[in-house]
Amino acid sequence: MIFVFLLVLLMLIAAIAASIFKDLISAVIAAALVSLIAAILFYLLQAPDVAMAEAAIGAALVTVVFIIAIRRTKRFEE
Amino acid sequence: MRRIISILLLGIIALGITLSLAKIPFGTPKTKVGRYYIDKGVEETGATNIVTSVVVNYRAFDTLGEVTVLFIAAIGLGAVLTTGRRKKPERKIEPASLVLYTGCRFLFPLILLFGAYIFVHGHLTPGGGFQGGAIVASAFVLTYLGCRERRISERGSKLAESLGGLIFVIVGLVGLAVGGYFLMNFLPKGIPNFLFSAGIIPILYIVIGVKVGSELAGIIDNLIEESE
Amino acid sequence: MSFLNHYIYYIGAFGLIFIGLYIVLVKHNLIKVIIGLSIMETGVNLFLISIGYIKGGTAPIFSTPEIEAARMVDPVPQALVLTAIVIGVAVLALALSLAIRLYQHYGTLNLRKIKEQRW
Repeated sequence: MIFVFLLVLLMLIAAIAASIFKDLISAVIAAALVSLIAAILFYLLQAPDVAMAEAAIGAALVTVVFIIAIRRTKRFEE
Repeated sequence: MRRIISILLLGIIALGITLSLAKIPFGTPKTKVGRYYIDKGVEETGATNIVTSVVVNYRAFDTLGEVTVLFIAAIGLGAVLTTGRRKKPERKIEPASLVLYTGCRFLFPLILLFGAYIFVHGHLTPGGGFQGGAIVASAFVLTYLGCRERRISERGSKLAESLGGLIFVIVGLVGLAVGGYFLMNFLPKGIPNFLFSAGIIPILYIVIGVKVGSELAGIIDNLIEESE
Repeated sequence: MSFLNHYIYYIGAFGLIFIGLYIVLVKHNLIKVIIGLSIMETGVNLFLISIGYIKGGTAPIFSTPEIEAARMVDPVPQALVLTAIVIGVAVLALALSLAIRLYQHYGTLNLRKIKEQRW
């Protein structure tokens, strides 16, 4: 149970970090951490199918799409 | 000022959502339809993974709609990013280092194989067309990062995508002709927990896997195209 | 403490939804707004899955014969969320492509500097 508490806490901290960071690449990595921890929570909630989808898409493909978009625009938020 | 109004608004929304949704108890069974799928799923569809039997048998029409949304999003992205008909100059792409290049050439077929395993065994184990398709697409992302001069052919990905959608609809229409309703499971169910079982479910999931994989790879390809 | 024990997944899901909503409402940068939308989506998915959970439940897969059907978790929210995640990435990519075009047109991603986007 303590494990779940720590995971949820870490997930919320990562989400807040994603809103604070001025460097958009750091923000995207923090958002990927949110997705990764959400995948672990899905697994603990007995949803292995959804956990696989979230780990493959939320943590990998979404990050790649964001980073390509940031490379084509600006990296820092003014 | 704007920030204060936003936070105030957020507080009101948060209060409303929390008050209305916190009454939902945690950890108790809620829907009757889920119970029905669990009790009758294996017998009616032959798939031991109940989530798969819901996605590609009971709610297959819904899945067809969702695949269509994915297709429209991919088309829209291509349309938004295309800027006129100007010819791109042939740019010299800087090659990746030897370690990266060799590693990515070694890993690419293994990742493809893993993705194919995931979507072929979708009716037996966790996984299926959507997850397998995402893994296939991530294999293509790896080649974009590691072996930069390689590109997937646009025609190939479009062909796989269109063929996937076509086979999905044709299987559904055959069900309509044989048994009277769209996407009927007309093939023999077989013995549960064997690879060749569950009628049309493996066919549909392989088709979805190919379609999702080629669509996601096409999206990444479109986004990356002009950035060099 | 037992309240926390029962509702820790709900707290996580609501926390994600509200942080995402805050980013969407307050931030000026368009890509930051899209990051907020993606966080919000994760929160909604987590909430749906935790609604379907049953205490001491098992995943809805009959992989071995001794798994009993009575203790399985609800498969319907899992099926819905599974497709929602895949649709989510495609819609996100579409939104990012619109952001790229806006940047090419106006030369900035700041929503307060783009005249037609100001509110």
